[in-house]
Amino acid sequence: MAQVTLSGITKTYPNGVTAVHPASFSIPHGEFIVLVGPSGCGKSTMLRMIAGLEDISAGDLHIGARLVNHIDPADRDIAMVFQNYALYPHMSVRKNIGYGLKNRKIPQAQIDQKVAEASALLNLDDYLDRKPSQLSGGQRQRVAMGRAIVRDPALFLFDEPLSNLDAKLRNQMRIEIKALQRRLGVTSVYVTHDQVEAMTMADRIIVMNEGRIEQIGSPSEIYHSPATTFVASFMGAPPMNLLHGEILNGMAQIGDLRLAAAPKAASGAVVIGLRPEDITPDAAGPLMLDIALVEELGAHRLLHGSLLGQPISLHVSKDIAASTGPLRASFKPETLSLFAADTGVRL
Amino acid sequence: MQKPRLRLSTVLDHVILIIGSLFMMLPVLMLLQMTSMPDLVNMKNGPGLSFGSQLDDNFLKAMLKADGFAGANTGLNMLWNSLILGFGFAIGKIVLGMMAAYAIVYFRLRFASFAFWMIFTTLLLPLEVRILPSYEIVQKLGMLNTYQGLIVPLIASATATFFFRQYFRSIPEELVEAARIDGAGPVKFFFDILVPLSRTMVAAMFIIMFVYGWNQYLWPTMITTDEGMFTLVRGIKQITQMLEGNQIPEYGRANMLALIAILPPVLIVVFFQSWFVKGLTESDK
Ligand SMILES: Nc1ncnc2c1ncn2[C@@H]1O[C@H](COP(=O)(O)OP(=O)(O)OP(=O)(O)O)[C@@H](O)[C@H]1O
Ligand SMILES: [Mg+2]
Repeated sequence: MAQVTLSGITKTYPNGVTAVHPASFSIPHGEFIVLVGPSGCGKSTMLRMIAGLEDISAGDLHIGARLVNHIDPADRDIAMVFQNYALYPHMSVRKNIGYGLKNRKIPQAQIDQKVAEASALLNLDDYLDRKPSQLSGGQRQRVAMGRAIVRDPALFLFDEPLSNLDAKLRNQMRIEIKALQRRLGVTSVYVTHDQVEAMTMADRIIVMNEGRIEQIGSPSEIYHSPATTFVASFMGAPPMNLLHGEILNGMAQIGDLRLAAAPKAASGAVVIGLRPEDITPDAAGPLMLDIALVEELGAHRLLHGSLLGQPISLHVSKDIAASTGPLRASFKPETLSLFAADTGVRL
Repeated sequence: MQKPRLRLSTVLDHVILIIGSLFMMLPVLMLLQMTSMPDLVNMKNGPGLSFGSQLDDNFLKAMLKADGFAGANTGLNMLWNSLILGFGFAIGKIVLGMMAAYAIVYFRLRFASFAFWMIFTTLLLPLEVRILPSYEIVQKLGMLNTYQGLIVPLIASATATFFFRQYFRSIPEELVEAARIDGAGPVKFFFDILVPLSRTMVAAMFIIMFVYGWNQYLWPTMITTDEGMFTLVRGIKQITQMLEGNQIPEYGRANMLALIAILPPVLIVVFFQSWFVKGLTESDK
């Protein structure tokens, strides 16, 4: 079946930029994997190497049992959905979806049948004879999906397919794509810089930064035990609070404020991570916060302030009255993350 | 209902437009008037305001009468030659320009940009500049008085290549990649995607090039000595030459020929107008 394996995949552009440093991971059959990271971190480059649109500078790429480094995109048994849809503007929806099959010399009757199946699946029946310019953004993206699924590929590749849509449609399409992928059971690699998409759609997330993989894990692992301070600050809105502190006598502390027991071997300067929602107002709590700003979010409130001079945010339910000024709060010690201050790596 | 207000700027705009169109139209109207009168009246009075009854006679004369020795340069024949030149020129330029631009934009050639700039510099060398060597080559190839000789040396120029290059570069890279994944090789991509996408551009090019080819004067004059090969634009000159003779000059016929020579480019422009505007302004990608 279509397991995808990358071993030491590297990309160095002719101008000397190394967009992807050696990356190795494998994607089991049917998994939905999301590549996420800030702009310019090499997500698209990675995806395009898997697609064959970009040469692989070093390393081996296997799709199924086959080494595909030097195989043409058309023969890699993949399908790709692009950010700006990349539909052929002069062809009807029907022709757009069937074009790849036609190029493979599949008999017309069979093409018609496949197009009909895909269009039924994607609710495109009413639009088959329209041109892409006569469709809305969401419909265009569904056509692009249709073009991908008629080919029965071993691997779906998506490069920020939803970022041209408005927020509401994006939520809806996100659910549709995920449901479709579940139903078809096709291995998928999905690139996005939207962490909500990453968290909600992924079986596993790969967080990238500056061409390197920072962490690979399930959404919950990524969220609750980030491997580096980068992951901690990238995932979550607002991001994890990162407080500078140190380890003294096996206790992580900020100044005199003792927070939690630290792993035995650790010592010295550390960064202490606490998710905003893991801090709760508590009149008897150990944290003495000074709240400077209250953000009203409807179901929640976001309080911004400082703890011993370091900025900190917390997320409280709307039932808790909130105002600026001093506030005592507590946290559960097991929710705390500790990172080495110099390397940013989780302790 | 709001009362339409007469604003000074509107009036001014219209006055300028009306003057402009009169300036363009008056010579044509004069041709039409003169070709409707008997030659003798034209000879005596010059252009006038009255409209005569000679249109049909002059039309038949213009189309069917020849005045060379061989009798081959009838208006009909010259019209045919002009059409061949216009179409051959336009189609040739478009095909050549598109293929060259395709190679330059989509293939990683070692000297692609050098080749492009070489082609581009030929803009500095219009036919008039290289007319003697071009003539010599055509003559040595034995292509005097042939359609190939008329068309081929004019085709090789940079304009079409340049326009198509700019156009191809504006086509999103992702479309090319989608086609690659869909298994379209270079030839398929060209015919299935690039050509249909460029159709408004092709139409715009076609108009410009057709009119340009149709109006060629110097080159046909040099290359065609055989009356049967004359084009309209070149042939009218032959008729006006007789104005210097000692018969009554055939004003009516010459003016009618001039009108006929104007007509096809006008029709082409009118017919393709909407495409033309689209091709040069819209980006439907
Ligand atoms: N053709 C190229 N030549 C040279 N460098 C390139 C090329 N394409 C991309 N890069 C560089 O490679 C790095 C990664 O680019 P990439 O497009 O993969 O980023 P990305 O993560 O997809 O970003 P975004 O979220 O903005 O799409 C960037 O620093 C970029 O400048
Ligand atoms: Mg990208």
